[in-house]
Amino acid sequence: MKRILVPIKRVVDYNVRIRVKPDGSGVITDGVKMSINPFDEIALEEALRIKEKGLADEVLAVSIGPADCQQQLRTALAMGADRAILVQTDAVVEPLDVARMLRTICDRESVFLAILGKQAIDDDCSQTGQMLAALWGRPQATFASKVEIDGAVARVTREVDAGLETLEIDLPAVITTDLRLNEPRYVKLPDIMKAKKKPLDTVDTASLGVTPVERLKAVKFDPPPQRTKGIMVKDAQELVDALRRKGLA
Amino acid sequence: MNRILIVAEHDGARVNPAIAKCVTCARAIPDAEVTLAVFAADPATVAASAAAIAGVDRVVTVTHAAHANPLAAAIAPQLAELAAGYSHVFGPSTTFGKDLMPRVAALLDSAQVSDLMAVESATRFRRPIYASNAIVTVESSAGAKVVATVRIASFEAAGVSVAPAPIEAAVVSATPDTHTRFVSVSSARSDRPDLQTAAKVVSGGRALASAENFGILFKLADKMGAAVGASRAAVDAGYAANDMQVGQTGKIIAPQLYLAFGISGAIQHLTGIKDARTIVAVNKDPEAPIFEVADIGLVGDLFQVVPEIERLLDRPG
Repeated sequence: MKRILVPIKRVVDYNVRIRVKPDGSGVITDGVKMSINPFDEIALEEALRIKEKGLADEVLAVSIGPADCQQQLRTALAMGADRAILVQTDAVVEPLDVARMLRTICDRESVFLAILGKQAIDDDCSQTGQMLAALWGRPQATFASKVEIDGAVARVTREVDAGLETLEIDLPAVITTDLRLNEPRYVKLPDIMKAKKKPLDTVDTASLGVTPVERLKAVKFDPPPQRTKGIMVKDAQELVDALRRKGLA
Repeated sequence: MNRILIVAEHDGARVNPAIAKCVTCARAIPDAEVTLAVFAADPATVAASAAAIAGVDRVVTVTHAAHANPLAAAIAPQLAELAAGYSHVFGPSTTFGKDLMPRVAALLDSAQVSDLMAVESATRFRRPIYASNAIVTVESSAGAKVVATVRIASFEAAGVSVAPAPIEAAVVSATPDTHTRFVSVSSARSDRPDLQTAAKVVSGGRALASAENFGILFKLADKMGAAVGASRAAVDAGYAANDMQVGQTGKIIAPQLYLAFGISGAIQHLTGIKDARTIVAVNKDPEAPIFEVADIGLVGDLFQVVPEIERLLDRPG
């Protein structure tokens, strides 16, 4: 059984305008729209495409978090994942502990490829995939814009500062997705109905041998410093004059 | 004393300009001793450029054929071994550092502070979350090794040292993993300044409407000695190369001057330019959110304004 693991994170939807709570204890998440982290959707899409090419047998979606994560897992199942596991916890789970849990799942489920989003758009950490690869002792190809599976290896093109880098990695391996890897499919109504019958198991963190630890304590949250609104000019001449006054042209 | 180890990203010849910014960040930690680690197939010239950064106390080199091209899988086990005896391990928030550092953190059983933007103490740091719409202050547990990527847009580059730091070869027993192999790198490298460290950046959005039209921005940029960036919309539409993307999921930059043409100013884009000293926006739509953050705004058609600016720059002011 060739199984692909795709972790799914429930995050505040990218269209929501984030506001910090007045007391600095966090950001306001009550009543805001929650979605699958967009990069995870890209990861799932890539996994489905690999399976549809006959290069994998099963796509397993895993989410770690509160019971509400079931909504995002159902969406993942509707997109085409074969089954899902929710590791249910109300604790703050840092990337290292997420990676430790995923590592256990990779072993138990004989995963040959883990595809993750390159970052979550809430904490913007960009750590979990690399940490999973380290704990698993397997290759990583981060920020992927192209993935080709060829037997026991994958060729992955990565978006790096200098341009595009291609790596060859032995499987099993971890890949993290950049924006332009693919365009995730839309979920159709019949798929949502079908997804309700797909298996979604719930386990706790202890069953994966991990007790989440807060290694980095969030002390306080602040709104970012605001830029003050500048001047409007009426034409290119005024614009260039303004730049010259600032010594920038 | 706080002993800080910084992995010195390089291109085979010299250290990346981001490293001088990491040094400034490390120096902000009280009672700091700063060591740069160079992983290379032939580290001599890179190490010399690292040793010349002011504020560096020591450069250590790790020589291995596997480091001819920088691979996280090859560097991580050796960097993790080297990290013994250091209180902090830093890398730049470049794609190199973002790829490598979490792998090192996991090998060290440490958390990572991503995009460290301000140092409050040896254990307390500030970092942006939610596309920089909130700033969180984090405290690492006492005695824990601090692994971090440094948000380079938040720090000025350290200067040049008058007396270069000593360079020594490090002895490490960990061998690079071989399950990951470098195949190739293709870059659209040009003579233009590097987007991430350029003092001036000319940037275009979807309004450019084609890859050909981006040519007018390249022309203006060349006149100004500027790098060229793009919004995600322009990159997605195929008008600009992937490595030109500025924003939450692209490059975070802090130039002296950022000129945005036909960029509406989505939050994800503004995240990438918040630290620019001066932002200039030209957009047809007077309601475009970019004007909320622009120091100088002009409502107009970029296809008229860009050539005009270029012409006016030729004339003495």
